[in-house]
Amino acid sequence: MSDNFVTDTRWLLPDGVDEVLPPQAGALEALRRQVLGLYDSWGYDLVMPPTIEYLDALLTGVARDLDVQTFKLTDQVSGRLMGVRADMTPQAARIDAHQLRRDCPVRLCYTGTVLQTRPEGPATSRNPLQVGAELYGHTGIESDIEIIALMIETLRRADVSEPHLDLGHVGIFRGLAEQAQLDAATESRLWEALQRKAASEVDELLAEVDVAEPARHMLSSLALLSGGTEVLAEAASRLADADEPVRRALAELNAIADALRAWLPDVAIHFDLAELRGYQYHTGVVFAAFVPGYGEEIARGGRYDDIGRVFGRGRPATGFSCDLKTLFNRSEREITSPAAIAAPWQHDADLSRYVGELRQTGERVIWLLPGHEHELAAMGCDRRLVCRTDGWTIEAIEG
Amino acid sequence: MGQTLTIALSKGRILEDTLPLLASAGIEPAEDPDASRRLVLPTNRAEVQLVIVRATDVPTYVAHGGADLGVAGKDTLLEHGGAGLYEPLDLGIARCRLMVAGYPGTTERLRRPRVATKFVNISRRYFAEQGRQAELIKLYGSMELAPIVGLADLIVDLVDTGNTLRANGLEPLATIAPISARLVVNRAAMKMKHRLIEPVTRALGEAVNERDRSTVE
Repeated sequence: MSDNFVTDTRWLLPDGVDEVLPPQAGALEALRRQVLGLYDSWGYDLVMPPTIEYLDALLTGVARDLDVQTFKLTDQVSGRLMGVRADMTPQAARIDAHQLRRDCPVRLCYTGTVLQTRPEGPATSRNPLQVGAELYGHTGIESDIEIIALMIETLRRADVSEPHLDLGHVGIFRGLAEQAQLDAATESRLWEALQRKAASEVDELLAEVDVAEPARHMLSSLALLSGGTEVLAEAASRLADADEPVRRALAELNAIADALRAWLPDVAIHFDLAELRGYQYHTGVVFAAFVPGYGEEIARGGRYDDIGRVFGRGRPATGFSCDLKTLFNRSEREITSPAAIAAPWQHDADLSRYVGELRQTGERVIWLLPGHEHELAAMGCDRRLVCRTDGWTIEAIEG
Repeated sequence: MGQTLTIALSKGRILEDTLPLLASAGIEPAEDPDASRRLVLPTNRAEVQLVIVRATDVPTYVAHGGADLGVAGKDTLLEHGGAGLYEPLDLGIARCRLMVAGYPGTTERLRRPRVATKFVNISRRYFAEQGRQAELIKLYGSMELAPIVGLADLIVDLVDTGNTLRANGLEPLATIAPISARLVVNRAAMKMKHRLIEPVTRALGEAVNERDRSTVE
C-alpha cells in the first residue's frame, strides 16, 4: 500500500458494528428506560439473561438461521461450545420454562445487545439493541392481541410515525401442506417460493409434484392472498375446502383483526397469508410492524407455543421484539444536548451545598477544571454560578 | 402526504422490453430514458417515478427500499440472493439460459473442474448439487476466452443464441436454469403500499398474458 494512505486504521469498527455517541446515546438511553417503563406498567417483569451461554440452550427449538447468525466459542472450563446470543427470545423462553416454573400467565420483558454474524438486511447493524416482551402460559388469541397492542404502543412511545401492522398465520400454510400430504423437501421448496410470492414458481412446483385438488388450488392461491381486510373474505371463499386446522387458523386471524380494529383504530392493518418468516418455530399468528420510509420490518413477533418443551416444560407463548437503535433512528423526536451550569473550582461549603441541591433537582452541574474556564460553550454550559453579595446565584452566559 | 411509487429499471434490453409493459399499466416516462442522463425520471403519473440503475444493482435498491418495485433478471436474483424480495411476476422478457459451456465432452471427465464465471454462487451450488467441487474463477466478461487460453475447463454464462460460443469452438453442455426478468417488490412496500402496487402488478400480469397469447397465435 502506498505511503500516502493512512495506514493506522485500528480505530475502525468491524463492518456492521456500530456505537452510539452523545447526544444520541443519552436520548437512546432515555428511550430505553421509557420503553421498559411502559412494559413495567403493563405488568411485564424485566429479566437480564447472560450475553453468552451454552449453544444448545440458545439454539434448541429455534430456526436454523439463528445457528448461522450466532457467534460461537469454546468454553475453556467445560470444553463445551458457547454462543453469544443473536436473539434473546429463546433465553426468555428458557427462563420461563425452567427458572420460573410458574403456572399462571407470565409476562417477561428484556433488553440488551445481541450479536449477529451477518447483518439481517442491507446496511443493518450486527449489534442491535434488542428489546422485547413475551407472554407465556395462555393459548387464546387474547394474549396475541395484548402483545400486538404493546408492540404498536412501543413504536408510539418512540415517536415513530404511522406504524403499519402486517398479520399472517403460519397455521394456514402448515395445514394446507398437511392436507396435500407434502413431503418435507417439497414443503420446504414451496415455502421458499411462497416467501418470495413467486406465484408462477409455486404453480410449477405444485404441478411437478402432482399435488391433488383441492389442496393444489388452495396452496396456489396463498401467494396472492395479501392486501387489506378484503383478503380475509377472499381467503374464506378460496380456502373453503380446507381441513379444520386451516379454517380454525383463519377464524383466529379474523377474530384478532376484529379486536385490533377496536384496540388500534388508527393503525393500518395488512394481511398476508403467505408471510412465513420464522415458520420453523412459529405456531400461530405472526405479525410485524412497518413504517413509511423503511424497507424492512421495524418490529416483529408471533406465537410460538411449546418452545419451552426442550427445557422440560412446553408452554404456550407469544411475543415480539425489535431493535431499539432502529426505532430510535426512525424516531421523530428532537435530540438536544442537555444544557449545563458551570461551577468554579473552589473550596466553599455554600457552593458545594448549592451544587448538590441543583443536581438533586435534575440540573447538570459541571465543575470547571483549572485552566479550562474559557471553554464553557464547548462543554455545553449555558449558565454559570457566580458569587454575589447575597450568595451563589445562577447567571446566564452571554454570547 | 400521498404515497409514491419508485420503480428501478436498468438500461438496455430490460428497459426496452419493460417500457411497453409499463405503458399498458398506464405508466410512461415523461422523457426518453435512453436519451436522458437523469437517473430519476418522472412519469405521466405524478406519484410514480423511475430510477435508472445497473442491472445487478436492482435487487439491492429494492431490498433496501430505495425503490419499491424493480425489474431484475433471474440470474441476478439467483446470484446475489433475492433474499427479502418478492418476485410476484415473471415478465417473460430478456429470456435466455444460464448454461455450462466448454469444449465438446469436457464436463463428464473432470472431477474438479476449473470454472470461469461471473456467477460464482450459482456455479458453486450447481456443481455441489452434482456432488462435484468446482474451482471457481471470477471473471467480469469474455468468459469464452477462458477455456481457449487454458484458464478454465468450463464456463458458466448466460446463453442467448449460442453463436458466440460456437464462434469460439465451444458448445453448451448443460442448462442450469432458464432465465427471464422478474418484477421484484420490496417487502415493506408490498405491505404498506398495496393499494398502489396491486393495480400495477395486476396490469403488468395482464399485459404479459396478452403478449404471450398474441405470440402464440
